[in-house]
Amino acid sequence: MKETPLIFEISKPGRKGYSLPECDVPKQDLSQIIGKDLLRTTPPNLPEVSELDAVRHYTKLSTRNHGVDSGFYPLGSCTMKYNPKMNEVVAGLDGFSKLHPYQNENSTQGALELMYSLSEMLAEITGMDQVSLQPSAGAHGELAGLMIIKAYHNNRNDFKRTKIIVPDSAHGTNPASSAVAGFQTIEVKSDANGEVDIECLKEIMNEEVAGLMLTNPNTLGLFEKNILEIAEIVHEKGGLLYYDGANLNAVMGIARPGDMGFDVVHLNLHKTFSTPHGGGGPGSGPVGVKEFLAPFLPVPVITKKDQDYHLDYDRPLSIGKIKAFYGNFGVMVKAYAYILSMGAEGLKNVSETAVLNANYIAAKLKDVYHLPYKRLCMHECVLSGVRQMKLGVSTLDIAKRLLDFGYHPPTVYFPLIVSEALMVEPTECESLETLDEFIEAMRTIAREAETDPEMVKGAPYTTVVSRLDEALAARKPVLRWKKDSEND
Amino acid sequence: MIIADDLKYTKTHEWVKVEGTKCYVGLTDYAQIHLGQIVFVDLPEVGDEFSAGDQFAEVESVKAVSEVYSPVTGTIEEINEELLDNPALLNEDAYANWLVIIEMTEAAETDRLMSPSEYRDLCDKLDEEAAH
Repeated sequence: MKETPLIFEISKPGRKGYSLPECDVPKQDLSQIIGKDLLRTTPPNLPEVSELDAVRHYTKLSTRNHGVDSGFYPLGSCTMKYNPKMNEVVAGLDGFSKLHPYQNENSTQGALELMYSLSEMLAEITGMDQVSLQPSAGAHGELAGLMIIKAYHNNRNDFKRTKIIVPDSAHGTNPASSAVAGFQTIEVKSDANGEVDIECLKEIMNEEVAGLMLTNPNTLGLFEKNILEIAEIVHEKGGLLYYDGANLNAVMGIARPGDMGFDVVHLNLHKTFSTPHGGGGPGSGPVGVKEFLAPFLPVPVITKKDQDYHLDYDRPLSIGKIKAFYGNFGVMVKAYAYILSMGAEGLKNVSETAVLNANYIAAKLKDVYHLPYKRLCMHECVLSGVRQMKLGVSTLDIAKRLLDFGYHPPTVYFPLIVSEALMVEPTECESLETLDEFIEAMRTIAREAETDPEMVKGAPYTTVVSRLDEALAARKPVLRWKKDSEND
Repeated sequence: MIIADDLKYTKTHEWVKVEGTKCYVGLTDYAQIHLGQIVFVDLPEVGDEFSAGDQFAEVESVKAVSEVYSPVTGTIEEINEELLDNPALLNEDAYANWLVIIEMTEAAETDRLMSPSEYRDLCDKLDEEAAH
């Protein structure tokens, strides 16, 4: 394969992909209709190509993508599981895809029923009482959840709670959401087991803290065994517990955030419930709450009266609307289809297999890669490239070399508390053969780091472009194509 | 990894060079190696005041964004503007490129900083922990 020119670079003046007949109606002067000041005087700088040129160009680019449909994608913390095609078929049914959000309730009962039922299912899976499907993705769900926490405290005239506690292993979105919601973020450290340091939490937990955000299993892929004690410490001082659902794929049908003491959760339908993401979105980040927080959920809330479904806007304590209409409906349809086709036992089996697969990879690689936390992991395992680093081969080099084997690399350099981290999340979808091939590739790279480090440091070799200069790209980004004459 | 003999160090990987009441602050070689290629440096404004331990700057590498903490209490007297245009200088020579000069208000604070040998012990310990 070779580099593909940009569509602007194959442009030829006058070439076009359409032909229109002569205009047979009276022409109107545009400046009379629109106004001269609003009309452009120079033609837009668009590429001029034939239809075939355009089709070939984009078809070629589409083959340069790596998705879960084309290969193994063990991107830790992202749950890049397979998205069954049946979900797409269901979401594409006319009754769903051709609805208009301004249609009246009478003509959209089916869609409302689907959303109502999906909310109930998600509430059951997470152990919460009510769920809003409105947030558009994970971080948006976090923000909605934190706004609910804030509204709750404010409604009790408790205005001194200005802080949110976030573990040092957390996703970067947690402190970011906390800041956007107007809180100050304080960090709780992880202990030697990779879990929340209980003593540290006791020290920083006080009545200025609105809540604690926690992912369980956490970003090290480890279950927070002390969660009940953590919940007690936070609740005792009047704070609330927020569950980041990024890692729910590890515990479905086995443990529920609601039973662990969490008051608010968000889920990522695009991770756990098998709807496309990673450039293919959009996502969906439902937020679920315990009963005492239900009055603060975003409007509208879908309610059921007798056999009819309604959009309830009359919620005086609600944090308000946080998304146009009712969220990303098509994503909800796919998640609903997924849950129904898996069933309760199926979802439990998903989590068991996801955990088994991650532990299999950890067990098969721990003699060649450093395993910082030596205990059973959940749905992902965090390895470290520190041994290879001593040979001059960094985790980034290992990730680049994996491209030559046809894999999307794992998440690297995250979580931040693990030096040279390599975070592998295989998901439940992969066969033993796929896992073994990946393990063999990782072992080959570890061998190369010892016998031929330059080989790894120069990777990748089989991709369209070789090693890109990431630092230069960040320091001097080229954000758009410019004509030669513009570059002067 | 280089640890310069004529400097003092913090446990958060800043180096400090004291000249009278002036204090040059930079990032250590250990820090730049672990950060990887640095792509962006955010420095405070001249005149900003910080207490010892306050975050006063941010450096962003291809891996992550990291905070830089003030080793002493005082006022920013000068910032190294060259780094704003060319953050790679920190990777080229960590000790030749200071981030800021702080006019100290409590000069005795520098006594609490680490000596080169103490700092070397800290780095060795951190490397050992990472491989544990």
